[in-house]
Amino acid sequence: MSKRRISVFSMMVAAGMTLALIGSAGAADKAIKIATQSPLSGDQSLTGVDIKRGAEMALEQLAGPLTALGFKVTLAPFDDQANPDNGVANAKQIVSDPAILGIVGHYNSGVQIPSSEVYHTSGLVNVSPANTNPKVTTRGYMEVNRIVGRDDVQGVVGADFAAAKGVKTAFVVHDKSAYGQGIAEFFKKRAEENKIKLLGFEGTEEKANFDALLSPVIAGNPDMVYFGGMAAQAALMFKQARQKGYEGTFMSDDGFDSADAAKIGDKTLLAGGGTYYSTVAGPASVYPGTAKFITDFTAKYKAAPQPFAAQSYDSMAIVLKAVENAAVANKNEVPTRAAVTKAVRDLKAFKGITGTYTFNAIGDPEKSLYFIQQVKSADPAAWSNNPIVKTLEIAPPK
Amino acid sequence: MKRFLRYINVYELVRPIGQLLKFSVGSAAVMSAIVVALALVLDQTAVGVHLMDKLNVTVFNYTLSNLPQVVIDGLTIGFVYAAIALGYTMVYGVLQFINFAHSEIFAVGAFVGVELLIFLQSAGVLAGASLFMAYAYLLLAILLGMLAAGGLAVAVERIAYRPLRGASRLVPLISAIGVSFLLQDVIRLVEGLTTGQFNRIMPTFGNFDDRIIFGKLVLGASKLTLGISIKSIIVIVVAVLMLVGLNYLVNATRVGKAIRAVAQDMPTASLMGINVNRIISLTFLVGGLLGGAAGVLYALKFTRIDPFIGFFPGLKAFTAAVLGGIGNMTGALLGGIILGLLETFAGSYMGVFTSGAAGSEYKDIFAFSILILVLIFRPQGLMGKNVGQKA
Repeated sequence: MSKRRISVFSMMVAAGMTLALIGSAGAADKAIKIATQSPLSGDQSLTGVDIKRGAEMALEQLAGPLTALGFKVTLAPFDDQANPDNGVANAKQIVSDPAILGIVGHYNSGVQIPSSEVYHTSGLVNVSPANTNPKVTTRGYMEVNRIVGRDDVQGVVGADFAAAKGVKTAFVVHDKSAYGQGIAEFFKKRAEENKIKLLGFEGTEEKANFDALLSPVIAGNPDMVYFGGMAAQAALMFKQARQKGYEGTFMSDDGFDSADAAKIGDKTLLAGGGTYYSTVAGPASVYPGTAKFITDFTAKYKAAPQPFAAQSYDSMAIVLKAVENAAVANKNEVPTRAAVTKAVRDLKAFKGITGTYTFNAIGDPEKSLYFIQQVKSADPAAWSNNPIVKTLEIAPPK
Repeated sequence: MKRFLRYINVYELVRPIGQLLKFSVGSAAVMSAIVVALALVLDQTAVGVHLMDKLNVTVFNYTLSNLPQVVIDGLTIGFVYAAIALGYTMVYGVLQFINFAHSEIFAVGAFVGVELLIFLQSAGVLAGASLFMAYAYLLLAILLGMLAAGGLAVAVERIAYRPLRGASRLVPLISAIGVSFLLQDVIRLVEGLTTGQFNRIMPTFGNFDDRIIFGKLVLGASKLTLGISIKSIIVIVVAVLMLVGLNYLVNATRVGKAIRAVAQDMPTASLMGINVNRIISLTFLVGGLLGGAAGVLYALKFTRIDPFIGFFPGLKAFTAAVLGGIGNMTGALLGGIILGLLETFAGSYMGVFTSGAAGSEYKDIFAFSILILVLIFRPQGLMGKNVGQKA
């Protein structure tokens, strides 16, 4: 008897919940959500949180036209913890929410690549502010777009810079992630073409003790140590290398572009041959259109924007504009995901704060900027003042 | 003064230092001999040709000139492992179970110490501190880390292990694994709520990052600087002091006698008037103190810590304890030193010896294969039988 009562009760609860779900979906007819995915906790949260903030600010400032059409646009931030598993789990949650029409995100290519498989199967558009691995777009998914450059160019830019600096020997280390290993391999390939002798090519997931890894580095004493990966690991390895007496030059990639690098590496980054990094997103101040963005951002969050915050602002702006265009085409009703996806690619010469964007057939911007920067101060607060040594504008490879 | 000295068992103070010296020099010599012999053989093969081509140096010369640095690095991490391993081995000696939460006790010690230093830094005390004060602050951080970790270890024993004492040996083991996960997430929660960042970075202060340079070695076309960083010296000195202190406590004091008695036979010890519960708490306290100090030293040496930092050092220290013979203090020392050296030797030379085919990322293969071999051929561990007493 009691068993049956429980089962009746649980059925009622289930029915009630279903009704509530239907009810809420019905009430939020013209609600639109745009999701973000970036590491909001963990090692890379400094940059990840600012990716969310950039998108958040864009939403606040640029949702006007959509509000005028009677839509209520909100942000749905997700924390991927820079971990592919979390990214994919979030992606599944994101695509199952019908109100979400677009996603700005991912800081790490290694997270974006598996997560975008989920977006692809659900036809949800993704505009990436930071992912540089070629595979992000070369899979040819209609849904995936990015507004930054690619590692098969960035690695080459880094290796060319090294050669121009007179580097004869180099030791390359990477973090075994899709991003880190990818760019390290592009660097390696180009370095060899530039007649730079590679003393070693090593992958490591080590986060604390680089003693053993560094022995051959110190013994070989290369002109340059290159790290393909993220700031926390790279800066720590550089620091330990200096403490073991390495005097040469360090170089890393756009994953290194975070104030955390200065916090960890401190003065060791300035000693010896110094530290350089290539990036696809210079500090916000180098773009002509970002003055207002920097002022607003600093006023709102009481801190200067980290790299990629301005790119995230633009990514969100692109998604909002595409949603607006698709909604207008749909007689001011909520557009389908497919329509938004198409509207993103249809945007021509979209004027953002970091540049003017037109996506090519696979979702790469038609031209992207690449920078080489030098670490000039051990103070984390001064990170965004690191000078740019070289700027290049290059079209993505075919 | 003389009267006072009579109460100090000088032998027990000197003996462990001798032991440490013997173990360090012995295992370093054995491993050096092996790599040098290997290098001589490899010089005749394609590996030698490859290295000659790359660095313009023979494998033998490369090995020899890297050796001092590798030994120093290996000993530094080895002493940290030994300090953690003692926590495992003491608890095993007394209760015959593996306290898997010990790795998180280590992590808590590291976090408390580093948080104190971060606090001091944000208060502006660290930046301009004189050398003396810098060392005082570091000592304070180590002590606070020790206290927190020691207190936590006692609390964990009281809450999670004591109620299970009569149960089968698997039960407290599972409880320990549970506590380990719980503590990891508690650290994450507390750090996440208070600082919003659960990866912390040890502030830079004092002269700990400086290096004492012994000289330069010429290696083919390049020069190799030989030296040791001050923080490695600090890690070694503090670890040795703690190990000597622990040895004295266990082997030369009344409390130590009680610990040994409880380890040998708990019911009989309690019949002899020893408060068994108090001795067990004390064992956990001592293990926790060592673990906490090791945590702060680890953070000092490697700069960055996160809530999961305890996992690998904990696993390796546990391996070291088993390698040396779990339950045996001398064994834990030996195991820690061997493991630290082995890991560093493998990591440093494997890449070169295999012409880059298997880099330093595979270093743990050696540590754990040695463990398997020891467990197959000497299940009681290296020192398991030689010493009659446990604790």
